[in-house]
Amino acid sequence: MRLPIGLRIGSSAFLAAWCFIAAFPIFWIAVMSFKEPVDSFASNPLHVVFGPSTLESGKGLSILDIVVGIAALYAIFKFSTSRLPALVDRYSPFGLRVAGWAVAAAAVGLISVVALFGVLPPVLSAVEGVLGPLGRPVIGLTAEHYEAVWVKHEFYRNFLNSIYVTSGVVVVSLTVGTLAGYGLARSGSNLAFWILVVALVFRALPHSVLVAGYLPFFIGSAEILEPLLGESAPTLYGQPLAVIAVLVSINQPFTIWMLRSFFQNIPAELDEAARVDGCTHFQAFRWVIMPVMWPGVITTGLFSFLLAYNDFLVTSLLLDASNQTMVPAIAGFFNRETTTTDQVEAVAAAVSITAPLFLLVMVFQRQIVSGLTAGAVKG
Amino acid sequence: MKFRTFAAFVGPSVALMILFIAMPLASVFVQSFQVTRVIYEEIEVESCTPGFVAQTCVTETRLQPVVDDQGDMVVETEFVGFGSYINVLEPDRLAEALGEASWSRLMGIDFWKALRFTLTFTLVTLPLVLGTGLAIALAVNSVARSIRGQVIFVSLLPFIITPVIGALSIRWLFIGDGILTALLEWALDRDIAMFAQAWTIELMMLIYRVWHVAPFAFVVFYAGLQTVNSDTLESAVVDGASRFERLRYVIVPHLMPLIVFVALIHLMDAYRVFEEIVGFSSQAHVISLQWLTYDLLTPDQSGSRSISRASASAMLTMVGIVILLVPLLRKTWRDHRLGRI
Repeated sequence: MRLPIGLRIGSSAFLAAWCFIAAFPIFWIAVMSFKEPVDSFASNPLHVVFGPSTLESGKGLSILDIVVGIAALYAIFKFSTSRLPALVDRYSPFGLRVAGWAVAAAAVGLISVVALFGVLPPVLSAVEGVLGPLGRPVIGLTAEHYEAVWVKHEFYRNFLNSIYVTSGVVVVSLTVGTLAGYGLARSGSNLAFWILVVALVFRALPHSVLVAGYLPFFIGSAEILEPLLGESAPTLYGQPLAVIAVLVSINQPFTIWMLRSFFQNIPAELDEAARVDGCTHFQAFRWVIMPVMWPGVITTGLFSFLLAYNDFLVTSLLLDASNQTMVPAIAGFFNRETTTTDQVEAVAAAVSITAPLFLLVMVFQRQIVSGLTAGAVKG
Repeated sequence: MKFRTFAAFVGPSVALMILFIAMPLASVFVQSFQVTRVIYEEIEVESCTPGFVAQTCVTETRLQPVVDDQGDMVVETEFVGFGSYINVLEPDRLAEALGEASWSRLMGIDFWKALRFTLTFTLVTLPLVLGTGLAIALAVNSVARSIRGQVIFVSLLPFIITPVIGALSIRWLFIGDGILTALLEWALDRDIAMFAQAWTIELMMLIYRVWHVAPFAFVVFYAGLQTVNSDTLESAVVDGASRFERLRYVIVPHLMPLIVFVALIHLMDAYRVFEEIVGFSSQAHVISLQWLTYDLLTPDQSGSRSISRASASAMLTMVGIVILLVPLLRKTWRDHRLGRI
């Protein structure tokens, strides 16, 4: 049905405004993180974008830098969308394509960082001296805050902790969750219903309520568990493994509801046929149902990833400073705020945390949308 | 499916939920009636400083923790009934404030202050999120198919971003003389400090939350719009329904189950508001119920955590959740009895 012209213009304008509002804060902190403090907190937006005082202090990009930089980014993008998938397919061992992709992504990321920040700057500055006007900086831009965050403040430790906790949560919660989701989807019993209802109640619990229950036990666990485990009883407080277990459990209600709704979309005739052919329930699940379940598993995995990666409350209360993940660690950055440099470093850390999420939406947009609607449409 | 097979499939998940959700819940319930504290004893210490003729000696009594044979501090756990709840709710001050009918006195008590904000926040963001989500979904539905993918991509960004960072990114736009504060000052021609009083901070939090959750509502509603029956729409056109009437009497009733779904999820999540307080560092002006528990759990200067008060405040937070959940549970139960689930 065609809209009248006035309404069409109105709705397009509204949509354009929404897109601008949706992307602007994220785009803006990315710009801020590359400037000297005077520029990034300037009240004139043009100063933030072009960074005059950053430029004055001799840190800037010339036209040559910009052109070469964009070309390099484009080359990386082109390579990872066209050549990389074939390479991964060829070299990853059978059944381990996920691992192959993880290795490929890490390699591309590492090479890009080395090329953009290690190799290009010295080469370009040598060339710029010869070029004259083309080689003169025009936009103020500096990566020094990223360097300070990642190298001086050792943010890479928090990054590794985040990877450890997040991947642990995703793997365990999918393993446990698919089993339960399948069982719940295929059993029409009252018990299954009550498990789902209780899970729904658990889904609504504020996380601080649960943490209030963990803390005394986790801090004193060495003494409490001693009669059971003897001398080797661990103190659970500050243990990433304990946090993984906690986050998996907190996430279980959501995971089993979502996976159950995906399993229900797979016709039960499929596993009945397998059972007739002599499979046990578990064999039918493993060899017949799982191969067609991958879209659901990937979608649910994405949401587990987001929960673990974005968590602030649980990780900040249950981990100590030595194995803090990225999100609670950033609280240290913005609470310090003694100088404006600290603030820009906090911005740089925030952008570093957001970048992987941005890539995630780019790659998995379709799965995220299907996950958001999966729970709703079934209702 | 036989019970044993079912138990084998569901077992690990249920075990995790019992161990890490049900048991902590039970222990929080018990803790909220107990107080665990270090036992102190009074000792007399005589400290002498050398003086000219005689030493100057001062005897003072000092409190010090009792230490057992291993050198650990002795703690005792005591049943206090509703003591911790009274500590959190502060009924004396509440009665005083109510007696004087003084709103500001009432807002001086942490729990009631947190409750006031949490409820306002939940109820104000709800219609805004639903409205914005529906408006975006309708607008996307009427735009050319070729750019829908990009619009959805951009819309997902606020939803996917880490909540603390999302709140921070809004805060950095306003902090000091940030560009948006500068813009407001220019538009209103007056000096503005966004972080100096409670209501501006609350306003920013509301805006942040709508920005963060509207994409979720949008995606769900957009999926629902794809299944609107076009025959019904066409017959509505034939019957002479205007555009607004079609929206009001065909599209919205079709989306109603989804609207209820989004509303319930949003109520649960908004009631747990917490990250905004951290991101905007607003604890001096605005706090929420979940932040209150978090704050009690964080070690204070002497390194001790008020576990029992935190448990009491956690249990009180739960009461609200239960009230919110009753309609949802009733609906699920009806569906189950009708065999729809």
